[in-house]
Amino acid sequence: MNGFLVEHGNEILGATVEHIWLVGATMLLAIAIGVPLGMVVARKPWLGKPILGSANVAETIPSLALLGFLLPIPWLGDRADRLTITALTLYALLPIIRNTAAGIASVDPAVREAARGMGLTARQILFQVELPLSVSTILAGVRVATVLTIGIATIAAAVGAGGLGEFIFRGLAMVNDRLILAGAIPAAILALGADFLLGVMEHLLRPAR
Amino acid sequence: MSEPSRASVGEPVIEFRNAGYRLPGGQQLLHNITLTVGRGETVVLLGRSGAGKTTALRLINRLADPSDGEVLVEGRRTLDWNPITLRRHIGYVIQEAGLFPHYTVEKNVSLLPRLERWPPLQIRTRVEELLALVGLDPRLFLKRYPHELSGGQRQRVGLARALASDPAILLMDEPFGALDPLTRAEIRQEFQALQQRLGKAIVLVTHDTSEALLLGVRIALIEAGELKGLYSPREFLRSSEPVAAAYLEQLHALERFEKEERQ
Repeated sequence: MNGFLVEHGNEILGATVEHIWLVGATMLLAIAIGVPLGMVVARKPWLGKPILGSANVAETIPSLALLGFLLPIPWLGDRADRLTITALTLYALLPIIRNTAAGIASVDPAVREAARGMGLTARQILFQVELPLSVSTILAGVRVATVLTIGIATIAAAVGAGGLGEFIFRGLAMVNDRLILAGAIPAAILALGADFLLGVMEHLLRPAR
Repeated sequence: MSEPSRASVGEPVIEFRNAGYRLPGGQQLLHNITLTVGRGETVVLLGRSGAGKTTALRLINRLADPSDGEVLVEGRRTLDWNPITLRRHIGYVIQEAGLFPHYTVEKNVSLLPRLERWPPLQIRTRVEELLALVGLDPRLFLKRYPHELSGGQRQRVGLARALASDPAILLMDEPFGALDPLTRAEIRQEFQALQQRLGKAIVLVTHDTSEALLLGVRIALIEAGELKGLYSPREFLRSSEPVAAAYLEQLHALERFEKEERQ
């Protein structure tokens, strides 16, 4: 076991960093797209159905198939990490959109009524009242999406984007359990760590009641 | 109905002219309301739940627009006001106060002055002044959050917030409705004293007859979306009209009980 770590330690570390980069970039992109979409869903119910529906459909496509579908798209298919981050973002969107919309919808109607009656503009109500009161719900969505993404990101190795999936695929091909575990264990630790950290943040940012 | 109650005290600040409101679905919530509220005057809209009192209030600050007739604020049709400007011009207090749970008392009360970009020092002074006005010690309450306050304290903060930019008009929707009877009586009394000092045109919605008598310079009785009568508290007490009588029965029952107890 020790020998294995000495031999592969640096490689595991490198793959972990690569994995974190894939997941981190994905989450930034998914938040940048998902939170505004969630606001739209909360504000314009008639747009909510198609948006949530599309995100739902993306969620149901098997991940290997999704990578395959995206591969022939010109700019996207040129680089493996681009391709992977796009696919992962599509998976991460649903929980973020859904939680953003739910968070905004759960703001006490009396609070919203008071804000309107005081003469806050729709924009001020959104940024001063609704979003701050939804932060912890949105973070709960980000947390689910992050854990999900860390798992799915192992598939990225199939298109050569690297990450911890490299070990898993190699282990499968060589029928080597230790190699599979060398990818699976760090991925599991990453998922648990992210879950814990985001859970703490969610708790800290929960508005007082 | 006698004449004096129809005329308002000061120059008109709020005028309903045959105002009606219909829901988009077609249901008529208010019919043909004509009512004037003068400067420094308090008009209480009295009626049972669902009578249309809140709707009438919402027509004043453009949370709703009349489907018939018109409502004027300071001589201008509400439709001609920019809704944001109009609402910032009018204090609004609702049941349960509607305080922002993520803001301290200070941030809640100072929200409008901050949005209007008052100088920080002036905001600070104003907030302290307002808290003192509603009977809360600024040193104790500035940094507290709404969930750390009692119902009565929250309602006081709600009032302070509504007064922040010194509006000429104050709209109050069941402001004491969520309080226990003792706190309610206490705050109501303090508010009565405040009324005179503030000199604002106040429209207050309630379903409580004694509250209407205590706080109203005039009482507007609203039933099923219609204005059934306009009385001074004295006229209301003496009224023999069946609509008014029903509300007075509430009070008389209590008096009878007191008499029987004394005998």
